[in-house]
Amino acid sequence: MSETPGIAPLSAEGPEPLRVVLAKLGFDGHDRGLKVVARTLRDAGMEVIYLGLRQTTDSIVAACEQEDADVIGLSMHNAGHLTLAPRMVQAVEEAALDVPVVIGGIVPAEDMAVLIEAGVAAVLGPGASAEEVVAAVRAAPNRQSPDHQSPAR
Amino acid sequence: MVETMSGIPLDPTYGDGLQPGEYPYTRGLYPTGYRSKLWTMRMFAGFGTATDTNARFHALLRAGGTGLSTAFDMPTLMGRDSDHEWSVGEVGRAGVAVDTLADMEDLFAGIELDKVTTSMTINGPAAILMAMYIAVAEKSGVGRVHLGGTIQNDILKEYQAQKEYIFPPRPSVRLVTDLIRFTTAEMPRWHPVSISGYHIREAGSTAAQELAFTLANGFAYVEAAVAAGLKVDDFAPRLSFFFNAHSDFFEEIGKFRAARRIWATWMKDRYGATNPKSQMCRFHTQTAGVSLTAQQPENNIARVAVQALSAVLGGTQSLHTDSYDEALALPTEKAARIALRTQQIVAHETGAASVVDPLGGSHFVEWMTDEMERQANEIFDHIDQIGRGSMLEGVYAGIDDGYFVGEIADAAYRFEREVNAGRRIIVGVNEFTENDDDEANLLSIGHATEEMQIKRLDQVRGDRNDDAVRASLAALVEAAGQPDVNLMPPIIDAVQTYATEGEIVAALESVFGTYVETAMV
Repeated sequence: MSETPGIAPLSAEGPEPLRVVLAKLGFDGHDRGLKVVARTLRDAGMEVIYLGLRQTTDSIVAACEQEDADVIGLSMHNAGHLTLAPRMVQAVEEAALDVPVVIGGIVPAEDMAVLIEAGVAAVLGPGASAEEVVAAVRAAPNRQSPDHQSPAR
Repeated sequence: MVETMSGIPLDPTYGDGLQPGEYPYTRGLYPTGYRSKLWTMRMFAGFGTATDTNARFHALLRAGGTGLSTAFDMPTLMGRDSDHEWSVGEVGRAGVAVDTLADMEDLFAGIELDKVTTSMTINGPAAILMAMYIAVAEKSGVGRVHLGGTIQNDILKEYQAQKEYIFPPRPSVRLVTDLIRFTTAEMPRWHPVSISGYHIREAGSTAAQELAFTLANGFAYVEAAVAAGLKVDDFAPRLSFFFNAHSDFFEEIGKFRAARRIWATWMKDRYGATNPKSQMCRFHTQTAGVSLTAQQPENNIARVAVQALSAVLGGTQSLHTDSYDEALALPTEKAARIALRTQQIVAHETGAASVVDPLGGSHFVEWMTDEMERQANEIFDHIDQIGRGSMLEGVYAGIDDGYFVGEIADAAYRFEREVNAGRRIIVGVNEFTENDDDEANLLSIGHATEEMQIKRLDQVRGDRNDDAVRASLAALVEAAGQPDVNLMPPIIDAVQTYATEGEIVAALESVFGTYVETAMV
C-alpha cells in the first residue's frame, strides 16, 4: 500500500484494534470511497475486513460473526440508503449482534436524522475528512442505541 | 466571417506546421473545427417508468432536439428484473426501468426512430437492450438499417472501474464483438461501442491512467473484432470514445490532444487502418462528477464551466455538463438547465469555438500533450508485456491480476490524503469553508414507480406465451455454447417473446457464469 510522502500517518489504535467490516450492499458499484475509507482506517491502526461489492445483509452478518467485528461500515451512493440501512440494522438485531452500523456516501442532510432514528450509529456525508471518518468509527461501539437511551435524557 | 467581440476578423486556425484535420490529428479532427459544426450538447436523462421518460423525450423533441440519451436504472444496468431482491429501492431511481420489450415499446412510443438518434448508456446487458430497440423499431415498420445512435457497450472498463459487470470478461467481450459484427453487417448508422475513460477517472485514476487504460481497451476491442473475422477499416470508423473533463485545466487539454495522436498512430501503424476515419479519435466528454462538492454546492457551477471549457479547447465532439447539485442527489430540472446554459455560454459568448485548437503551439500545452503521451506509452508497454504482445490479452491479464483496480485505488487514496493534509485545496471543503451552507433543494423519487413497474412486469408475464419464451431461451443457451455463433439474432428472438431481461441474462449465465470480483483494497 502506498503511503503519501510528507504526510503524517493518522494516529494509531491502542493495543486492541477495532475490527471493521466494510461492504457495499446490492447493485451499487461505486467503491472508490469505500476503498479510501478502508486504507484510512487501516492507516489508523484498525483491522479492516473488506468484503467489497454485491454483499447482502446476510453475508455481512455472517462476516461479523466469523470475524468478531466491532463495527460495520456501509457505503451507499445510489439513493437506496433509506431502504437498505434500516434493513442492515434490523439484520444485526435479529442476529442478536451488538455491532453498530456506520453509513457513508451520498446521503442528503435531511436523511441523516432519519437514519440515526432507524438505529444507524453515524452517517458520514460527502466530503467527510479522514479524521471525521476515523472518529466516527471509533465512537460507534460506545454509542447508546435509541432502544437503550436512559429515560432521563 | 468570424470575428471577435471587438470586431477583429479571425482565421479558422493559426500557426505553421501540423494543421487541424491532418494526421495524427493532435490539433483536431477537422480543419474548420466548431465553425462547421458546434459540439453536440447531449444531456443525459432518464427516470421512473418508461412512460415517464417517454414524456420527457417528447418534450425534448418538441423543443427541437434530435438526439435522445437514455439512462437506465441499476437493476436494468445489472441485467436483473425489477422484482429481483436487490432491486428494492433502485427501480426507476437513477434512470428508467426496463424489464421487457413492453417497457421499451412504452419508452419510444410515438417517436419515429428513423428520424432521431438514440444513445443508450448500458454495458453488461447491452446486447439485450440493443435487441429490444431493434424489435421496437421493426414492429413500428422501421428497419434496423435505418437506426442511428450509440450504445456504450464497453464492458472492459466495468471490471476496471464502474463495476457493472455480469458475466466474466471473455464471454462478455464475445457479446461486444457479436454486437460489433452485427451492426457492421446490418446497421451502418449505429455506433456499437463507446470506449469510456469517464468511469475510470471517476473511480480515482490520474489523467494519464484514464487516457492509457481507455485507449488500451479500445485496442483490445479492435483486436477482438479482427480475431472475429472483421477487417479493421470495416468497423473502426464506428468506434467512439468518452472522456472525463476534470479540474486541472491544461492537463485535461493535453490529455484530449494526446488521445487523438495516440489513437491515430496506433490504428495506422499497429493495426494497419488506412481509412482516415478509422484513425480519428472521436469523443464525447462529461465534466467530472467526482469533483462536485456537497459543501457550498453553487461553487460547482464554476467548476463545471472551467471543465467544459477544457473539453471544448481540447476539441470534443459532444459534451454533457454536470449539474451543481449532483454531489447530493440526482439533478433538479433547474440545476440541469443551468448546466446546459453553461455550455451555451461557452459556445456563444466566449469565442472559444471561433478558432480550432487555439492553444496549439503553446509551449506548455505542447509539452503537456507530449507528457501525457509519454506516460500513456509506459502503461501500454506494461499491458503489452503482460499480454505477451496482445493488448487484448494484456487487458484480460490486468483485470485478472488486479492491476487496473490497484492502480486506480492507489491514485484515489493518494489524492484523498493530499486533500486531507491540505496539500491540495478544494474550495469550500478544506479551505474557504463556512458553517452556514444553504441546503440545496433536492430531487427525490418515491416508491410509487417501483410498485407500478412490478405490476407492469407481472402483467407482461401473464399475457405472454410461456412456451415461446422457453423455446427462445433454450435456443439462446444452445447458441451461447457455440463460440462462433453471433448471439444477436437469438437475443432478438428472445426479446420478441417478451422474455424478461433477467431471464435472458440467466440463460446466458448458465453458459458463461457470473463474474465475482476478488475483493481487495
